[in-house]
Amino acid sequence: MKKFLNGPWVLLLPTLIILTCVVLLPLLISLWTSFTPFKLTKPDTLYRFVGFRNYERLIGDIDFWIAFGRTVLFLAIALNLELVFGLGIALLINKITYGQRTLRTLMMFPMMFSPILVGFQWKYIFNDNIGLLNNFLREFGVIQPIPWLVDGVLANISIMAAEIWSSTSVFAILLLAGLLGIPKDPLEAARVDGCNSWQVFKNITLPFLMPFVFIAMTIRSLDVARAYDIVQMMTGGGPAKRTELLWTLISRTGYVDAKMGMANAMSYISIFLSIAFTFFFFYKLMQSRQQLSYE
Amino acid sequence: MNKKQFQNILIWTSAILLIILIMTPGLWVVLTAFRPQVDVMAKPPVWIPRNLSFNQFETMLFGGSEGSMGRSPVPVLSYLYNSVVISFTSTFVAVLVGTIGGYGFARHNFKFKNGYFLMIMLTRTIPGISLSLPIFILFSRIGIIDTHFGIIVVFVALNIPFTVWLTDGFFRQIPRAMSEVAMTDGCTKLQAFWHIELPLSKSGIASAGIFAFLISWNEYALVSNLARSTDSKTLTVGLMDFTAQFTINWPGMCALAVFIIIPALLLTFLVQKHLVSGLTFGGVKG
Repeated sequence: MKKFLNGPWVLLLPTLIILTCVVLLPLLISLWTSFTPFKLTKPDTLYRFVGFRNYERLIGDIDFWIAFGRTVLFLAIALNLELVFGLGIALLINKITYGQRTLRTLMMFPMMFSPILVGFQWKYIFNDNIGLLNNFLREFGVIQPIPWLVDGVLANISIMAAEIWSSTSVFAILLLAGLLGIPKDPLEAARVDGCNSWQVFKNITLPFLMPFVFIAMTIRSLDVARAYDIVQMMTGGGPAKRTELLWTLISRTGYVDAKMGMANAMSYISIFLSIAFTFFFFYKLMQSRQQLSYE
Repeated sequence: MNKKQFQNILIWTSAILLIILIMTPGLWVVLTAFRPQVDVMAKPPVWIPRNLSFNQFETMLFGGSEGSMGRSPVPVLSYLYNSVVISFTSTFVAVLVGTIGGYGFARHNFKFKNGYFLMIMLTRTIPGISLSLPIFILFSRIGIIDTHFGIIVVFVALNIPFTVWLTDGFFRQIPRAMSEVAMTDGCTKLQAFWHIELPLSKSGIASAGIFAFLISWNEYALVSNLARSTDSKTLTVGLMDFTAQFTINWPGMCALAVFIIIPALLLTFLVQKHLVSGLTFGGVKG
């Protein structure tokens, strides 16, 4: 007993119990449900085992694969643009000496916004009738309102803009913290040796920033699914499913169509997608950390 | 010198553009909250507001008849109450449990330690909507759907991993020798923790708390499915309820949006210095 009280387990137990009850146990229920034809309207179907039927149907379901592909593409484009913009902003703020702290504080502004608020404010800005953007364009002679959230392609771009607005600052703030921590000696030594700014950036700044890039990516990949809130608010997956992401599809299948079994099968696939993203960046983070400590 | 001046102008122009991009959407929402519906809907657009008023806020809070759209469709006060109770309770419990867990990870070595740590972090990656499905099934069977308790429990689980991560990073910064000295002087382990390690990691715990609060306050995907009525619906769900109206009351929605953002803004500016160091500490030096 004394050994137990002095060991790590007494400290970790509360954490492990809560996570087991609220995450692992539901995941098991979810796994079981994905092997049943469970519908909310017919409670008995929860106990009927049908094997891999839901998954087999999903493989042949074109709507599902379109949503899946759109989600992966959406994340790939959004995360890369956020990284590039974040890096640009961090380099910019790093150059500014007067008012740097004020700028950094302003940069944190979007981080406090709930995704549902982000969705709302951009829904308002992109509104084709009274939105800020169309009103603004009108002053410049674009009388015909542009249907930002009604046209399939434009709606995807609008949602992407909202997503990038809300998450770029995470990258900017973390990369700026990295930039401020770079030791000055190697930078000056490189300048004295005649490196130009691009060479300094490529060979010194960037390698030093890499762990910060991966921290930002890891933190960001933890909550990629917040895009669900934004899409739900801005378009609800429409028009005609043109902005449907995996998560909005799951919610529609589970709660609107009440097909819980099928929705759980889909959500397992979405969980693996999220874990794969996080795992990849976490692995990269560990790798770059080791590299830094060797040097 | 000319090149330098040009560079300076370039930097400042882009900085100003950046500020405009960041601030405009939020400020536009705030401004709209004070404008009459007629102005908002006007064609051609009215840029300079003709008159500003608190009507929307009055309608929202007291359901008065002065607002341009009559009664507010959302019982904001009960949603506000739910939001406050749920966010504060879940933050408190998550920070309590998570700090203890973080201390366990920072101060002990055991088998598969990194494995456990990664497992705990991975629970956080599960999309809210995916997790909501089985929790919905489970909670409706045991009868805690649409209650504060149910949602608080879920939020606690949502916030523990990040708290463990942040506090683990901070506890590692404190040399073990400090508490060991205290213990040879006759402190118990608990006293050493309470008097030495806890005060030193205060800023880490504070930032973990702010993060937990923001996550709870801003969460939508889980609450929207686990909350069914005014008993447990929060402000974010309330904002979504507005869109179910036949004609969207934009100024009313903006007023509610302002209401949601203010506590988050205040809290974050209070502790913004700790936030960045908290995040990078835990991450790089781990």
